[in-house]
Amino acid sequence: MTQTTKAKKVNLDTNPPIIKIDKLNKWFGKFHVLKDIDLQVNKTEKIVICGPSGSGKSTLIRCINRLEVHQEGSIVVDGTELTDDVKQINEIRSDVGMVFQHFNLFPHLTVLENCTLAPIWVRKKSKMEADELAMDLLTKVRIPDQAKKYPGQLSGGQQQRVAIARALCMQPRVMLFDEPTSALDPEMIKEVLETMIELAESGMTMLVVTHEMGFANKVADRVIFMDEGQIVEQNDPKNFFNNPKSDRTKLFLSQILNH
Amino acid sequence: MQVLVLTLVSFFIFSIYQTTVSNLVERGIQTSTSFFDDVAPFKIGFSPFLNFELGKTTYIEVFYIGILNTLLIAILGIFASTVVGFIVGIVRLSPNWLASKCALIYIEIFRNVPLLLQIMFWNFAVFLATLPPPKKSIEFGYIFLNSRGLHTPIPFIEDKSSFNAWVFILLLGVIFCILLSRWAKKNFEQTGIKRPIFIYNLLILSSIGFLSYYLLGGPLEFDVPVLGKFNFKGGGQLPLPLFSLWFALTIYTSAFIAENVRAGISSVSKGQIEAAKSIGLNRSQMINMIIIPQAMRVIIPPTISQFLNLTKNSSLAVAVGYEEIVAVWAGISLNQTGQALIIIAMTIIVYECMSLFTSFILNMYNRKVQITER
Repeated sequence: MTQTTKAKKVNLDTNPPIIKIDKLNKWFGKFHVLKDIDLQVNKTEKIVICGPSGSGKSTLIRCINRLEVHQEGSIVVDGTELTDDVKQINEIRSDVGMVFQHFNLFPHLTVLENCTLAPIWVRKKSKMEADELAMDLLTKVRIPDQAKKYPGQLSGGQQQRVAIARALCMQPRVMLFDEPTSALDPEMIKEVLETMIELAESGMTMLVVTHEMGFANKVADRVIFMDEGQIVEQNDPKNFFNNPKSDRTKLFLSQILNH
Repeated sequence: MQVLVLTLVSFFIFSIYQTTVSNLVERGIQTSTSFFDDVAPFKIGFSPFLNFELGKTTYIEVFYIGILNTLLIAILGIFASTVVGFIVGIVRLSPNWLASKCALIYIEIFRNVPLLLQIMFWNFAVFLATLPPPKKSIEFGYIFLNSRGLHTPIPFIEDKSSFNAWVFILLLGVIFCILLSRWAKKNFEQTGIKRPIFIYNLLILSSIGFLSYYLLGGPLEFDVPVLGKFNFKGGGQLPLPLFSLWFALTIYTSAFIAENVRAGISSVSKGQIEAAKSIGLNRSQMINMIIIPQAMRVIIPPTISQFLNLTKNSSLAVAVGYEEIVAVWAGISLNQTGQALIIIAMTIIVYECMSLFTSFILNMYNRKVQITER
C-alpha cells in the first residue's frame, strides 16, 4: 500500500513533498483544535509557524510524529501515511526528529548516552559507531566537552543543544521544533538559535514553532500564521512581515513586534 | 541553659537506673547471663536451620533459632511482597478500567485492615478451616498439603565426593556463563548485534547441571514425607503458621509497595515519555530504559521502610504460633527465666541490627540509582 503510493508520487512529480497534510481535523474532547489544515512541506524547506497561544500550532507539528492522534484527514510523511500501525508510527518517528520546549533530556543518562540510545537500540548501530556519530554531532552543536556529564549539570541552552544533537543522531529527514527557545533565558536563546541556523544552512527540512521573528526573517522559506485552529496566512518572510494581508495577522504582528 | 538541660537529662536517666536496680534487688531478681547455658525445658517445633533436641538445647540456642526463624519469614516476606507489590502497582496504572479498579480495591482493602486481624483471618478462618486433616491430605506427587502445613521431599547428600564433583562442575559452568556474557556485551558494543544471552546461559547451565548429575550417578537422595500416626514424618515441612504469616505479611505489605510503585511510575513526566517516543523507541524499550530507571529512585526510599515494617511486623506471629524471636525468646524464655531486662534488651538489639543492615544495603543501592545533578 505504502509502496504503491510512493511509486505513484514519484511518477507524478520528480520532487514530491516530504510532508503532505490533507484536510486535517482534530478535537480535544469537544474542542476543535485543528480545522481543515492543508499543508505541504518540500524537502529542505524551512517553515516557521507562529500564532497566539491556543491556536493549535504545537498540536499541528505534534500530529506529524503522532504524539497527538488526529481524527480526520491524512498525514503522509515521506510516502508513509500515519495510521494506527505501531510499526509504521515508530518508523516515521525515527525519521522525524523533535526538539521540545522543556528539552526532555533523559536525566539518568549522560549527554553521550542520551545521544546514542536510539541509534543503538532503534538503528541497531554498534556502540562505537554510535559514539563516533554522537561526538561528531555534539561537536557541531559545540558541546563535545560535556559528553560525560549528566543533563542536570548543564545550563538550559546547553541542554537544548544536546536535545538537538540527540534528535540529529537518528539522521532524520525532517526536524520539528516545538517552541525551542521559550523556556530559555535571553542570552541562551542566542546560542540555540545559532545552532538552528547552522542546521538550516546544512539543508535540513525544518518545521519550527516559535515567536522568534528574527529567526523567521533570517532562515524561513515560508512563514505560517495560525489562529483558532486554522492557517490564516502563509507567505515568504519578506511579504509576511512587510505587508500582511489579514487584519488578524496585522494585529498579532503589531503586538509581538512592539513589546 | 544547655548545661541546665544536660544536668536535668542526666539526673533523669540516673534516677531511672537507680529505681530499676533497687526494684530488681527488692524482688530478688539477679540480672545475669548465666541462664544462657541452661537447658530450655520446652519444645520448639520448627527449626529448619539448627537442630532442636528437647532436653539438650540451651536457652542461647533457642535465641539463635528465634533469630533464624525471624530472618526466614523476613526474607520470604520481602521477596514475595516485592513481586506482588510491583505487579499490583503496575496493574493499578493499566489503561484497562477493570484491571486498574481491581488493583485499587486490593490496595484499599488490605492496607486498611489491621495486620493482626489479617493474620488471624488467613490462619484460622481460611487455611485451618478449609485445609483437610493429615489423613486426607491434598497430594501433588510427593508433596502433601494439609491443615498442619506443606510437606515436601528434601534432598540430602548421599555420596560426598560425587556431590563435590557435581558442585565443582556447576561452578565451572557459572564461570563459563559469566565469560560468555562479558564477550556478548563487548561484541554488542562493537557490532550492535544483540543476543538473548540470558536464555543461552540458562540453557547451558541447566543442561550442564542435568547431564553431570546423571553421569555422576545422582549424588543426591530425597527424603520423602511419609504419613505417620498423626502427621507426616520426614521430608521438609512448611508449617501452617509460617505459611499464613507469610501470606498475610505479603498481602499487607504488597498493598503499600504497590502504592509506592504507582507513585514512582507516575512521577516520570509526560515529557520523558514523549521524548522516548519521538526518537523511535518502542514500548518495551521505553519502559525498560526510560521509565523504570527513573521510577526506581522514587520507589526505593519508601519501599525500604516497608521492608523494615515487614521485618518488625513478623513479631505478630505470636498470634498464630510461628516460632520467631519474640515468641520463643521474649515470650517463652522470658516467662521461664524471668530475666526480663536482658531478654528484652537482646530482642531490641536484634531488630535494630536487622533494620540497620537492611537499610544500609538498600541505601547503597539507592545511591547507585540516584541521578547526578550539579
